[in-house]
Amino acid sequence: MNAPEFQHGPRTADTAEFDRLTAIAAGKVVPTEIHDEVLAEEPLITVKDFNLSYGPKQVLFDNHLPIPRGKVTALIGPSGCGKSTLLRSVNRMNDLIDTVSVSGRITLSGDDVYGPGVDVIELRRRMGMVFQKSNPFPMSIRENVVYALRINGERNRAVLDRVCEKALRGAALWDEVKDRLDESALGMSGGQQQRLCIARAIAAEPEVLLMDEPCSALDPIATTRVEELILRLRGDYTVLIVTHNMQQASRVSDYTAFMYLGQIVEYGPTAQLFTNPHLKETEDYITGRFG
Amino acid sequence: MMGNGRTSPRATSLLARGEPMVWLAGFGLVTGLVMVTVLVVLVFWQGLTTFWPRPVEEITTRGGRVLMGEVTRQEDYQPEPGLAGGLEGDAARAVLDELDRQGGRLHRRLVRTGNFELTGEHFRWVADYDVAAATRPGWALVFERMAWGRFYGTPIAFVAGDSVLATAPEKVWELYRKHHHDHRVDLDGAAYAMRTLTADGGTEDIALADIVRAYPANRLSFAGKVGLYLARWGEFLTAEPREANSEGGVFPAIFGTVLMTLGMTILVVPFGVMSALYLREYAKQGWLTSAVRISINNLAGVPSIVFGVFGMGFFSYFVGGRIDALFFADRLPNPTFGTGGIMWASLTLALLTLPVVIVATEEALAAVPDSMREGSFACGATRWQTIRRVVLPRSLPGIMTGAILAMARGAGEVAPLMLVGAVKLAPDLPLDLHFPFLHPERSFMHLGFHIYDLGFQSQNSEAAKPMVFTTTLLLMGIVLFLNAAAILLRSRLARKYTGSKF
Repeated sequence: MNAPEFQHGPRTADTAEFDRLTAIAAGKVVPTEIHDEVLAEEPLITVKDFNLSYGPKQVLFDNHLPIPRGKVTALIGPSGCGKSTLLRSVNRMNDLIDTVSVSGRITLSGDDVYGPGVDVIELRRRMGMVFQKSNPFPMSIRENVVYALRINGERNRAVLDRVCEKALRGAALWDEVKDRLDESALGMSGGQQQRLCIARAIAAEPEVLLMDEPCSALDPIATTRVEELILRLRGDYTVLIVTHNMQQASRVSDYTAFMYLGQIVEYGPTAQLFTNPHLKETEDYITGRFG
Repeated sequence: MMGNGRTSPRATSLLARGEPMVWLAGFGLVTGLVMVTVLVVLVFWQGLTTFWPRPVEEITTRGGRVLMGEVTRQEDYQPEPGLAGGLEGDAARAVLDELDRQGGRLHRRLVRTGNFELTGEHFRWVADYDVAAATRPGWALVFERMAWGRFYGTPIAFVAGDSVLATAPEKVWELYRKHHHDHRVDLDGAAYAMRTLTADGGTEDIALADIVRAYPANRLSFAGKVGLYLARWGEFLTAEPREANSEGGVFPAIFGTVLMTLGMTILVVPFGVMSALYLREYAKQGWLTSAVRISINNLAGVPSIVFGVFGMGFFSYFVGGRIDALFFADRLPNPTFGTGGIMWASLTLALLTLPVVIVATEEALAAVPDSMREGSFACGATRWQTIRRVVLPRSLPGIMTGAILAMARGAGEVAPLMLVGAVKLAPDLPLDLHFPFLHPERSFMHLGFHIYDLGFQSQNSEAAKPMVFTTTLLLMGIVLFLNAAAILLRSRLARKYTGSKF
């Protein structure tokens, strides 16, 4: 059994307020509080009874999370609570770690992500991913953007150029780089690099955009630009974003799930979750009384 | 925590401040640098002065013997006790004077007297006390010949067969310059020759065809010396060796060294990179990969001669023998591939330098951030696509570093080469204009082996010694050139692939 990373300290007086959290910390699996508004939406991705372990250490417990199509869903929670692990489970990036074992289901448009015989490569092509630290490849800006098409065998220059422009416009980067598409992407500023990574992620027109703390390494101005970009992408793309910044979650997302120690505690429309959560525990976390 | 040590200067120990360590580290660096500098300066000085023409001295000894030649070096030496007692009058007094003056040591000079076919020696030590007179005769000529080493003499006539064409030195010299380069025989077919008077009073005719180069050492202007110096360098770099390698050029050795090194690099880099790729990108990390890694590192510590023995046994005799039996059976028992050759030498050195390339490549691969690999996987790339398009370009500068190190190591290696194909003299280059142009089975000359051969196998070791330094200088220059080219390439790649300002 994993030791709780989060220490409450002496809180004998108000233990009752932390009912679920103390239960989770004690190793119990608690039910997720899901608002009805979420269930009313049509889910594109459905996470159901999902468990994940790194070797003997279990990090995700019975996760249940329907992610609405065309909406921005944020995962919040304290560091190490499994937000990123859950995100990376969706496009099976955790497969790269040898000791990972999973149970339960994740479906994308009804297709079982972990089903037998699933082509992981094909699966990942249906999802774009943006990482915490921008990771442009050591090649030109143009080649970075069309990377997914290139590895898919696309050689038609006209198609590549069209996709490149569209993706860069989509990532609000076109005007800044249109004159230096053939220069190395490594010469761009940090914020530009991250938007380039977003352009790269949306170039192949994926069904889902997975974002793993995309702004945590950016300065406030670059962060604002990326957030504006996320708002623009809403509707066209289904976005699942992990953030430890609650203001950011409230600014960019339609739905928010609060995670704690590998379990999803409460999941609902962002406005409701931040202003009128069903659970006292969620309110305490959001208002900063713990975490 | 160190910054708070304001309370008392003694609160932080000397070791905590780290300054003694700075001094120690600096001392280590300086010691290393000084030693390397001494070596490089020695090689440069000796190597660069080899071809500078020296004046010719005519020395008359107290015994009445006359010597003529170039003074190549001088030294103080400890004479045998009782030397003065065995000498007469003036000489004994000169010895005692000098011993007194120099605290028991005598001075002597090494004179390159040449004329080996007459005197049976190339060099002679002459002690100062034994010198009755030393002059620099204006018309003393130095001859560099096709055979027998140098010749020293003064011209007395220019002859064609039996007829004497000139006798005045100026006239003789003029005729020599006129005829040396083109036809060295007169219209009747009689060979032109220069009649010279040697130091010991004899005369000797030297055919123009035997003369590589002749010059009046004591009459040369500075420009003339520079011209001679450059001409000698030109010959050294472009001509084939003469006189058991102690004279002439080293072009075949330069060619062999460069070709062998390039061949080795071409062979070792792909294998090293593939090995490192498997170890780092594909293999599951565990005790087995660790064991393989340690073994590879230890392979770098195996003496190079062992690789030579392996190369000879496996490549030359086993693989080469099979090739001969299959394709060159008609030439047996003379081996074609079944003996040392440039291909086997390149392969042996590739094996020798493989650990260097693997280690450097592994480090370069490890330095590629995992976030880049993840980014590629997240785009739906396969592992190989990720390696080829992201990991390899990004680690290319590091791989180049490995290739540079391997090249430097391989170019300086001698011991294994002696067993797998480097030879003293190989006039047939492994690459020429005759089909099939590249002859991988041919043995070759190598500068490193050439240095060893000059320094330790030469019969005329005094004459060969300066050439050792010159050849060393050349080898260092070639390695430096190859490395500089590779470093230039690497920095261009690095600018292209890793110039991040995140």
